[in-house]
Amino acid sequence: MDKWRQARWPEPLVHEIGTPETGFVVPFSHEDEELERLVGRPEERLRGMLREELKLPGLTEVEAARHFTRLAEMSYGVDNGPVPLGSCTMKFNPKVSEQLVRDERLRWLHPLQDEGTVQGLLKMLKLLETWLAELTGMDRCSLQTPAGAAGELAGALMIKKYHIDRGEKRDEMLIPDSAHGTNPASAAMAGFRVVKIPTAEDGTVDLKALKAAVGPRTAGIMLTNPNTLGIFEHSILEIADTVHAAGGLLYYDGANLNGIMGITRPGDMGFDIVHLNIHKTFAAPHGGGGPGAGVVCAKGTLVDYLPRPLLEEREGRLYWDYSCERCIGRVRAFYGNIVPLLKGFLYIASMGPWGLREAALQSTLNTNYFLALMRKVEGYELPYGRQPRKHEAVLSAKPLARETGVTAGDVAKALLDRGLHAPTIYFPLIVEEALMIEFTESESKRSIEAYAQALKEIAEAAKRSPEEVKAAPRNTAVARIDDVYANHPRTVTPTYRVYERRIRGERLVL
Amino acid sequence: MKDEPIRWAPAISERGSMLRVIGVKDVWELYSDVPKRLILKEPPAVGFGHQLSEEELRRLWNSYMREVRAFTDPPPFMGGGWCPHMVPALVDEVLRRGEFYTAYTPYQPEINQGLLQALFEYQSLMADLLEMDVVNASMYDGSTATAEAVLMAMRVTRRHRIVVSEALHPEYMETLRTWLMGPGAELVAAPLAEDGRLDMGGLEELVTRDTAALVVPNPNFFGELDDNMEAYADLAHKRGALFITVVEPLSLGLVKPPGSYGADIAVGEGQPLGLGMNYGGPGLGIFAVRWERRLVRQMPGRLIGMTRTADGERAFTMILQTREQHIRRERATSNITTNEALMAVAAAVYLTMLGANGLRRLARSIWLRSHYLARRLDELPGVAAPRPSELDFFKEFVAVFDKPYEEVHRFLLEKGVLGGLPLSRYWPSRSRESLFCTTEVHSRDDIDLLVDLIAEALGAR
Repeated sequence: MDKWRQARWPEPLVHEIGTPETGFVVPFSHEDEELERLVGRPEERLRGMLREELKLPGLTEVEAARHFTRLAEMSYGVDNGPVPLGSCTMKFNPKVSEQLVRDERLRWLHPLQDEGTVQGLLKMLKLLETWLAELTGMDRCSLQTPAGAAGELAGALMIKKYHIDRGEKRDEMLIPDSAHGTNPASAAMAGFRVVKIPTAEDGTVDLKALKAAVGPRTAGIMLTNPNTLGIFEHSILEIADTVHAAGGLLYYDGANLNGIMGITRPGDMGFDIVHLNIHKTFAAPHGGGGPGAGVVCAKGTLVDYLPRPLLEEREGRLYWDYSCERCIGRVRAFYGNIVPLLKGFLYIASMGPWGLREAALQSTLNTNYFLALMRKVEGYELPYGRQPRKHEAVLSAKPLARETGVTAGDVAKALLDRGLHAPTIYFPLIVEEALMIEFTESESKRSIEAYAQALKEIAEAAKRSPEEVKAAPRNTAVARIDDVYANHPRTVTPTYRVYERRIRGERLVL
Repeated sequence: MKDEPIRWAPAISERGSMLRVIGVKDVWELYSDVPKRLILKEPPAVGFGHQLSEEELRRLWNSYMREVRAFTDPPPFMGGGWCPHMVPALVDEVLRRGEFYTAYTPYQPEINQGLLQALFEYQSLMADLLEMDVVNASMYDGSTATAEAVLMAMRVTRRHRIVVSEALHPEYMETLRTWLMGPGAELVAAPLAEDGRLDMGGLEELVTRDTAALVVPNPNFFGELDDNMEAYADLAHKRGALFITVVEPLSLGLVKPPGSYGADIAVGEGQPLGLGMNYGGPGLGIFAVRWERRLVRQMPGRLIGMTRTADGERAFTMILQTREQHIRRERATSNITTNEALMAVAAAVYLTMLGANGLRRLARSIWLRSHYLARRLDELPGVAAPRPSELDFFKEFVAVFDKPYEEVHRFLLEKGVLGGLPLSRYWPSRSRESLFCTTEVHSRDDIDLLVDLIAEALGAR
């Protein structure tokens, strides 16, 4: 078979080929002359505020269509092949949902139009809220948060306000050293001091260290379960008791829900607040970085603290309820990222309860099947014991790096050359040369076997000739990026405007 | 269920052989570390009890969407920081490319050059539009971009006082309040003078030497264009504060860009740039700064840069990542990771289709239409709209009625027209006022129809 090859277009920047002369036909612009006669010219009214120079390169529609088509051809998503980035849950994005949400009616809905005119939409959103509360074991959810990290910030602020309302000064957030980077970042944004909890030998939270860390300043703990090693926190009930007994709250980072969805619930484990990533577990696409949709759920008293507005029902009519006695307020304008939320609604509707559970089982099966295939492959090891993993697993390429000098980063590039997206690398930080892999339920047995085979071949190639592996990738649109040049204070170029200023001789140093 | 395939998952028939390789008999053995009492006997009752086929989904969707009233002909006249705009077909077509929308954040740049270049083009086009040097690859929306700008100003200046024009979008103001709970900032509203500009005398006193930022929208929530921006920037700078402006991107086809009047940070909502309304989300948070080390280093969000490969070819990649949460953790400039990248691509396609001349023509057309409506409304007895002697406006403006606007609004709804935004929504005392928005999608006939209906509503009572 011929080797895999990505499209490689010498595609110029819009700024290099565009002209100011283009532009689509502005609707009803034939009326503009007459309107100008009636109300005058903007140039006269604006006077001092009038813009003089405007540089903006444009392409004709034909040119633009070709330009962006070629750029698409030099990109790679789940539709191209596996994207087993750990903790990113890159599952297949159902095409039927993509088709349905491109509904003209939805596109023309104004966020502030009267609630009576959007009852059908609100019904879908309300059902989604109810389903997500059921799946997590929470009482209510706010759909406002536009992404997981925003959900974390909302959750951390809810914890903060809860303690303030009780007159308690609690300023420490406990976070395991295996946690996603967003957890400490969100806690810090909410004004907490982060207390790092180490991981025990079996890959779970070190209970002794946790017990030593909790105290009167403990506001709560941010946990993801299964954790980023893919290991279920088997002592979760004891963790919950420990933190609750100290007066703290439990926050569940929903990024890792996929392997336990429909099987066990954070609410039953003792968590008080949960965020979910609709663009992970619930199959809305990642869009090359977004838009996603976060949802933040809570139970008991914490419901009072959820971001507002919440959807309520009165006499069979749904409405947005802004009443807020103890809530943290709103975390963004309007109600949430409606389009991805609706994709989540359609996903749950299409899967049903058993479909969701089977997807979770399949994702766990896929992870462990992959690990079984990798058991005898030299160059990689599985740190923290052989117990089953759930949605994801973290291998270490340390043996390979030690023996050949080929690192996890090199392995990633060599995978690209085989038409396979790399896993998450160098994360979690507690694993050296980490390869964090999550296939989700979407990948088939054959696809997983091909991936394991590729890793095996790369390890073998590394032993034969490490330079060859280090020269990868060669089959992608471009060869390996010069990161030093990209970030050097004298060469860092975030926009074409900066590039042009340098060309003109300005000395722009960061 | 037993013999039915799971949607979007491999065949169940493969499971036996996979389990054998793993060395377990049953998939549930892989959950042996989960405490028994935590395992649900049955999955929670979500969805409709069983899987739905595409056809069933389609019917389900339509059954709900039938209970939705979309105003398309004429389009809504409602403002509030979110207005109807044309979405060119090509924008939609590009967003349908699986290589784009099913991709993750381009952590592996070599295999995602196209996406990276499109995002770099978005940053570059936006930089031209704003006349600012550095633009990130997006924040969630205008409101959170404003909040992040304020947090950034606090980091840069190490100060805690924020002065915000009271004419900022009220939902942005609420968002700010929430986001500022963390660092515990002092949020002060700067009042408008009678003429709609910020009250300069008051401002002199409010912007103190311990102020981190002065935040001024232009156009403001009421559509008004403040022509005093340079003076505000000077004042902020004189006191050692950053000057943050919140802008409407299409207005920049006519109105001076933030870079020209001394803004340190410019933010805004990119929804007008080919995104559609979609009941308020997703949007596109625009975030830009001037070229200055302390500003760029403290920026939140993802940045794409132009660089080269090991072979010396031009290439694109994510840059200055040491600011971000996956590396810096609790010392990161923000917790943001998922953003609105695909919407940034949409904006890039949109701006590319416009070019400078196209944007000028579009901005003029929007200006003309909103002024035509204002003039027609002002001619009606019982309605007052901004006049040429007053502060100019773009796209949105407030009309004041002699009677409660809510009654007019209901009359319009009955006639199939979505009128302006009742300002009583945010300020109960402003029940006679309405915030209208007209853009390129409103024909002169649409506007005349609205005016006639309003006249009828007023005359009928």
